[in-house]
Amino acid sequence: MVVPIFSVVFALLVAALVLVATGHNPISSYRQLFDAAFISTGSLDQTLISATPLAFTGLAAAAAFRMRVFNIGAEGQLYLGTIVAAAAGLYFGGRGHASPGVIALMVIAGAVGGAAWAAIPGILRAFFRTSEILTSLMLNYVAGYLLTYLIFNSESYWRQTKGFNATVFPTGKPLPPNAVWPAWLIHAQGGINVPLGAGVAVLAGVVLWVLYRRTRFGFEVQVLGDSEGAARYAGVRTRRKILSVMAVSGALAGIGGASQVGDFAHALDGDPNGLQKQGYGYSGIVVAALGRYNPFAVLLIAFLIGGLENAGNSLQGANFPSGLVGVIQGIILFSALGGELLVRHRPRVLRRASVAEATPLPGAVQ
Amino acid sequence: MNNSLLVVLIASGVAYGTPLLYGALGELLAERSGVLNLGVEGMMLVGAVMGFWTVQKVHAGTVLALIVAVLVAALAGAVMALIHAFLVITLRASQIVSGLALTIFAGAAGLSSYLGSDLNLAANPAAHTFHAFFPSKMQNWPIVGPILFGQSALVYVSWLCVIAVAYYLTRTRPGLSVRAVGESPGAADAMGIDVVKYRYLHTIAGGAFAGLAGATITLSITPQWVDGITGGAGWIAIALVIFAFWRPELCLIGAYFFGALQALAPELQARNISLGPTELWTSSTPYVATVIVLVLVSWRGAARRLGAPASLGIPYVREEA
Repeated sequence: MVVPIFSVVFALLVAALVLVATGHNPISSYRQLFDAAFISTGSLDQTLISATPLAFTGLAAAAAFRMRVFNIGAEGQLYLGTIVAAAAGLYFGGRGHASPGVIALMVIAGAVGGAAWAAIPGILRAFFRTSEILTSLMLNYVAGYLLTYLIFNSESYWRQTKGFNATVFPTGKPLPPNAVWPAWLIHAQGGINVPLGAGVAVLAGVVLWVLYRRTRFGFEVQVLGDSEGAARYAGVRTRRKILSVMAVSGALAGIGGASQVGDFAHALDGDPNGLQKQGYGYSGIVVAALGRYNPFAVLLIAFLIGGLENAGNSLQGANFPSGLVGVIQGIILFSALGGELLVRHRPRVLRRASVAEATPLPGAVQ
Repeated sequence: MNNSLLVVLIASGVAYGTPLLYGALGELLAERSGVLNLGVEGMMLVGAVMGFWTVQKVHAGTVLALIVAVLVAALAGAVMALIHAFLVITLRASQIVSGLALTIFAGAAGLSSYLGSDLNLAANPAAHTFHAFFPSKMQNWPIVGPILFGQSALVYVSWLCVIAVAYYLTRTRPGLSVRAVGESPGAADAMGIDVVKYRYLHTIAGGAFAGLAGATITLSITPQWVDGITGGAGWIAIALVIFAFWRPELCLIGAYFFGALQALAPELQARNISLGPTELWTSSTPYVATVIVLVLVSWRGAARRLGAPASLGIPYVREEA
């Protein structure tokens, strides 16, 4: 618990220096930030909108990074999740109240879309030994272009073609009413809508924890993460495991995409300045690292980082430069990394004389 | 003849490829010393924004302003690389996660965007930009005119850099030492080479090149500031080092190939040529091509045989070597 708290505090201090250096008052900036994230009317409602996708991308990164499979393609896998889940919603949906069947199909569709997109770098890594870092990242750009293409540059199934608005600005076709996910309303702070996706994320976190801590699959994958040689020697099918880890990670990001469509957008969002500007996939890496790849910690931290992102979105302006949230996230990740090592190695500052005393004679070694 | 698709593609391939080339040369220096830096995209963006800011602020002649801007961009990139160097060399953190952190910290939604909005850069075009270096008469020569003589000074400087890096690595004493540090830091240490110093210096030099790469974009190719203007060029530069088997002269060829792929989309659009869903496949081509070439070179562990430094990505701890 020490490292994550230290990381956040340290990051806020360093970011304060950046703020001072560029002529801002850090105390008032942070007060505004905290206020917009958690305190002011409607802030928690907005924070949940950012926290829900971050919980999914954070779990996706945790599932992969813990096993030293560096899937940084959660961003693209989330887009594919939105595409396939939106197709399922549009195809199976109909009139009436939210239908559990349609919603379940959307979740499955999102998971399949994300897993399939993640399987590309997974297969390349497993069978051709191609670095999954670069391939999964490159596919983020391809997925972004695909998303934009479906709404802006084609007459696809997802695009709204009827009505006056469709001719002015291209948008996605709205979901049928029973494919829109319900929310649970809490009467506080002017109404907080807890999206269904937040519940699905908690459930996914529990499933991930059980999968990695309580099953043979999880154990084998952990051995593989620690030592590929040992895993192979013990008879673990390493290629299948790498591929499965990528697929699980991609499926989690893809369900995040389904929640984007079902909970919030209610249509496929192809706008390059919409979903694609949020960068949930990349922030998910920060969430996962700060939660030390533990699913429950990831869920909690997704909420905190979600508050930061929400504040960044709502405060953007003269007093609050747009990149500040990314700067804070980057420093959090740096200090989580550095802090982890300081804790693990427990370095001590010794004076030269005492180093000489502490070093045993050459003959005494071994 | 100079307007034929092939000549235009090669000429703009050279122009668009130049930031990739600078980025790849920098990453190559860092990797040859054994440090993988995945923060190229972030370092490029900070270089791009600082270079652009400098030309807006410096009141001097175009030549002087541009030289100062390029130096400021390189310095900014170097400072970013220093953060990574401290974490992975001194604290021995994971090079992969630290590089990702650098891209998040400095990248499209981080410091570069912060500086861009705080310094109010988005509204205006660049006050000074690089233009073609040679007189227009030479640019009109058939074929070689646009390709060889229609480029900005940054392109010619990049050629000198390729020669300099290749000469440095293969023909000089410190170059030999860098390669020793990258291949076997334990042996290099035993020879009396300061492993930590070499790794720091080359990681920082890599950052300076990445900053220069960013300035090439905002001062020459698309002289303006937009968040995330590099559009993944930093990542392609990292992949380029692998395709080039860690050799500077091959980085040049690879960079121009990917530069030409980037030029393909606007060029086909300008000529009203459409082949199926053009917007989709032309804009994704550089990224898909990167994946394909990566698979080809990594097949059956070719990369390791063909020149990956043996200690790439592994921290050096004297007691454990």
